[in-house]
Amino acid sequence: MALKMVKGSIDRIFDKNLQDLVRGVRSHREDEAKYISSCIDEIKQELKQDNIAVKANAVCKLTYLQMLGYDISWAAFNIVEVMSSSKFTYKRIGYLAASQCFHDGTDVIMLTTNQIRKDLSSPNQYDTGVALTGLSCFVTPDLARDLANDIMTLMSHTKPYIRKKAVLIMYKVFLKYPESLRPAFPRLKEKLDDPDPGVQSAAVNVICELARRNPRNYLSLAPLFFKLMTSSTNNWVLIKIIKLFGALTPLEPRLGKKLIEPLTNLIHSTSAMSLLYECVNTVIADCCVCVKTDTCPRPPQLCVQKLRILIEDSDQNLKYLGLLAMSKILKTHPKSVQSHKDLVLQCLDDKDESIRLRALDLLYGMVSKKNLMEIVKKLMVHVDKAEGTTYRDELLTKIIDICSQSNYQYITNFEWYISILVELTRLEGTRHGHLIASQMLDVAVRVKAIRGFAVVQMATLLDNTTLLAGSGQHKSICEVLYAAAWICGEFSEHLEDPVHTLEAMLRPKVATLPGHIQAIYIQNAAKLFAAVLNGQQGTPDCQTMQESSQLLIDRLPLFVQSADLEVQERASCILQLVKFIQKLQHKEVEVGEEVTALFAGELNPVAPKAQKKVPVPDGLDLDAWINEPPSESESEDEKPVAVFAEEELRHARPHHTEVDEKELARRREARKQEQANNPFYIKASPTSQKGYQDSTGVEHIPVVQIDLSVPLKVPGGWMSTSDKYLKLEEERRQRERKERGKKEKKKKKKREKRSGMGRRHDSGPESEEDIAPAHMVDIVTEEMPENALSSDDDEKDPNDPYRALDVCDIQGNLQNGSQVVVSIIFENKSTSFLKSMEFNVLDSLNSKLQRPEGSGPHDGLTVPFQLPPGVSNEARFIFSVQSIVMPQRLKGTLTFIVKADDSSTHEKLDFKLHFTCSSYLITTPCYSDTFAKLLESADLKGTSVRLQEVSLPFHHLLAKICFHHHFSVVERIDSCASLYSRSIQGHHVCLLVKYAHQTVTIDAKCDESSLLGNVLEEIKKTFSQS
Amino acid sequence: MQFMLLFSRQGKLRLQKWYVPLSDKEKKKITRELVQTVLARKPKMCSFLEWRDLKIVYKRYASLYFCCAIEDQDNELITLEIIHRYVELLDKYFGSVCELDIIFNFEKAYFILDEFLLGGEAQETSKKNVLKAIEQADLLQENQSEDWGGLAAEEVL
Repeated sequence: MALKMVKGSIDRIFDKNLQDLVRGVRSHREDEAKYISSCIDEIKQELKQDNIAVKANAVCKLTYLQMLGYDISWAAFNIVEVMSSSKFTYKRIGYLAASQCFHDGTDVIMLTTNQIRKDLSSPNQYDTGVALTGLSCFVTPDLARDLANDIMTLMSHTKPYIRKKAVLIMYKVFLKYPESLRPAFPRLKEKLDDPDPGVQSAAVNVICELARRNPRNYLSLAPLFFKLMTSSTNNWVLIKIIKLFGALTPLEPRLGKKLIEPLTNLIHSTSAMSLLYECVNTVIADCCVCVKTDTCPRPPQLCVQKLRILIEDSDQNLKYLGLLAMSKILKTHPKSVQSHKDLVLQCLDDKDESIRLRALDLLYGMVSKKNLMEIVKKLMVHVDKAEGTTYRDELLTKIIDICSQSNYQYITNFEWYISILVELTRLEGTRHGHLIASQMLDVAVRVKAIRGFAVVQMATLLDNTTLLAGSGQHKSICEVLYAAAWICGEFSEHLEDPVHTLEAMLRPKVATLPGHIQAIYIQNAAKLFAAVLNGQQGTPDCQTMQESSQLLIDRLPLFVQSADLEVQERASCILQLVKFIQKLQHKEVEVGEEVTALFAGELNPVAPKAQKKVPVPDGLDLDAWINEPPSESESEDEKPVAVFAEEELRHARPHHTEVDEKELARRREARKQEQANNPFYIKASPTSQKGYQDSTGVEHIPVVQIDLSVPLKVPGGWMSTSDKYLKLEEERRQRERKERGKKEKKKKKKREKRSGMGRRHDSGPESEEDIAPAHMVDIVTEEMPENALSSDDDEKDPNDPYRALDVCDIQGNLQNGSQVVVSIIFENKSTSFLKSMEFNVLDSLNSKLQRPEGSGPHDGLTVPFQLPPGVSNEARFIFSVQSIVMPQRLKGTLTFIVKADDSSTHEKLDFKLHFTCSSYLITTPCYSDTFAKLLESADLKGTSVRLQEVSLPFHHLLAKICFHHHFSVVERIDSCASLYSRSIQGHHVCLLVKYAHQTVTIDAKCDESSLLGNVLEEIKKTFSQS
Repeated sequence: MQFMLLFSRQGKLRLQKWYVPLSDKEKKKITRELVQTVLARKPKMCSFLEWRDLKIVYKRYASLYFCCAIEDQDNELITLEIIHRYVELLDKYFGSVCELDIIFNFEKAYFILDEFLLGGEAQETSKKNVLKAIEQADLLQENQSEDWGGLAAEEVL
């Protein structure tokens, strides 16, 4: 034994300690792995010795090697041995090793429970401390369960050093062993009052983290924390408390209001940026909550100011965080951020890319019709000077995102946008050619007015060889040629020189493009060819026609040889066709019309919801087998019977509901008829109206003629054209502004007379809404299938998981000048019992749901009935409406409890109520002499509208207007009639409807022009849908 | 805080502390990815980046990068303060600390960190208290080092 001891200590002279190892590793840079494997062999030898000092040294070295990435899990047991040493020196090393490499899967952890318990209760506080620190890293559910009590006891230890650690580690214990939370919580709460600030801060820490996971349970602590927040001066603690409140306020909006004051004080007083940032963030989050419930006291102006200071700071970190927080405000208070556009644009020049990207994010939300061109122009400048392609691509996608957002809402001049897209095509090496191409296609197809311009631009692109040349290396950008070729082919009537474009599309170099683009080239070359033939038809000179036939015959064989099947097939097909045409040409046969017929028909965009609107024909069951699957049973006789029975069962339900729907529709119709005859009913929402804002087709928009004296070609040198549009657009707006100025003056005089109606926002001539677009996105003429279903569902989220409940008919009813009664039919389409329905609507400034006295502005109203499956019932709600001159949409929610056999769940359904202006009109009879007097009086302002292609008989037309928009016929002579209606606030609305050659002209007069405008819009919609 | 990494300009890991349980493989992958990302950033860039669903806060002190991963709602600025506080502690303990101090005394660097942060949360905001705790623990260690067998003494021999 003695000998062994001596031998051990002699050996140790040659042992490496940690420093030796580190030095060794550093001097063996070339063969590190080899050196370390020899070290590990030595360490293995050392671990075999009994001497704990040697073992500890070995474990210490292993911990170092672990950091270098070497596996030391094989030494787990030795680590436990070192942890168990009675000497603090070794114990410390053992616990460190354990905390670095133990995890849930380490099996020796089971062996440590008793050792850790012993250490926790050690009289030496540092033993306890080391054990707690280690435990915080490798605590497992088993350890948590077994040691929870011991740690809980330590929370009341005499030494704050231990208390503080014990409190903090309890959080880890709760996570691993949630059952411990309940018994430990009272003591944890006690620690909020601990005399030692460190322990107190630890307790705040833990509760804050717990509350972030499950805030509901900690609402009751709010007053306590509120007190702490106003008394504490420790920034670390304050930050945690504020964070905790951030988690609580979404559950208790009143808390948010209460917090505003202390938070504002802190924002003003603190010098610590971290605390300031936390406060600002929490105020912003509170405001998000407030906005949701519509009680936001005021826009967080203070926050925006402070953030501006952060963004202006020279410290990159503050700049970045300021922008980050700004984007959160933007979501709820866009207006208050928009005024800082200059600052955000400045950040685009920052040398730090991450800051520039943040600024880009912000810009997306800041654009308006007014500033879009300016912002994009700035971005284009950045595209030019951007260094890396990643950032440049990011800019490119942002430009397109910004322009195309909300259905091109902010674009007032599409010629400008096309020019921007064309300019973007010159970016070499971009990955987003496809994106640019799809934008070009989208705009050209949907904005009819732009097609002529787009085609000319696209023809120039096709003519330009740069893109073709680049196609070798930069695959992506040549995608724009796909769009260009298609646009030129499809809308070839706008081409200036179709033969030239045809030639450009058939250049031999085209064969280097990807197959799918070549295929498009060939197909559209054929379209162009047809256009050329058709264009030359009837002219004596047939040379052009023959030349272009010959051109195709000469050039197509190259494509017939293509390796791409699609290209080959199209090329050979068209080649044969052209050869045939050439033969006919030699015989001097006119072929233009026939060839054009190949590509006849205009391609219109299809509404995204079109498919949904196609009704399933009666008797078609999409789930039924078309052919019965082969049966497995042998007996042929019995089978059909079984299947039949089964089928009937399966079909019973859907069939049933279908009947229900039909029945319901019938009843609804009957009710409408009844109400139409009742002068006191106003038919409220024609819910079949589409959700889109603009209802006029492009033809009706007065497109401002832009004087294009400069030929709009993009010459080989790639000149920027978009700037020109910026200028043109400015001029256009100025012109409009002037015109509007005149009108505005007239209006103002008018308004002074009618003091009662002065509530409209007097937005200056510069305001956003007033900028009339030069072109409209042609969404409205998107094709819908015939016999489309009326679209109640349009208003609802189509993905609503719970569609059982159907809120249908909204029936307005007049009570007095400012009240509207809405009758809502609740139908339970599900198979469960529905109860405790609560109806709530988010009031707008103008329209408010009337709630019983004493209830808050956001309380819901209880629906006074329950709904068994398949039952429907009607409830009425009264709304007070201030101004009736504009249509209104109110968002609402219906919450209810679904009672199933074994359980009940709480569900909600979102809906929108649509108050049209027509619903504020009441059918009022009027005599022709009164009518004549009204028309003579100077108070009424007039306007007119024209409806084209109305194929209804005139009396149907009148009936429709009367029924849907609550008018009564005053007088009718032949195909001319005068109609009258009155709003609930006493406005007179007079119409003179004339009908000739499928065109209806409505001259209208009313003493409130916006009401009249909206009613006419609605009439127009009614007829555009029929 | 989910973890803290210290690494050199050459990308060598100098210290790692994980406050969430992860497998070694995952840890290695994260480390490799982050070291690369952070080292690729230009010196004038801000100290924050978004990475997976976490926020990375890093700061360079001399040749060493200090890099922390925090959750979405956590405060970036206070994390920078934590990093700075830790650097100050190392500085006080080693006396103007340099990378080599941390390499050769890496266990001490861990002990200091463990007195400052526990389970990813700051446990002691007073520098004085942290240093006092470390000094006393060291003292305890030295008193016991007679039993250590005097490695140092033997080396002298």
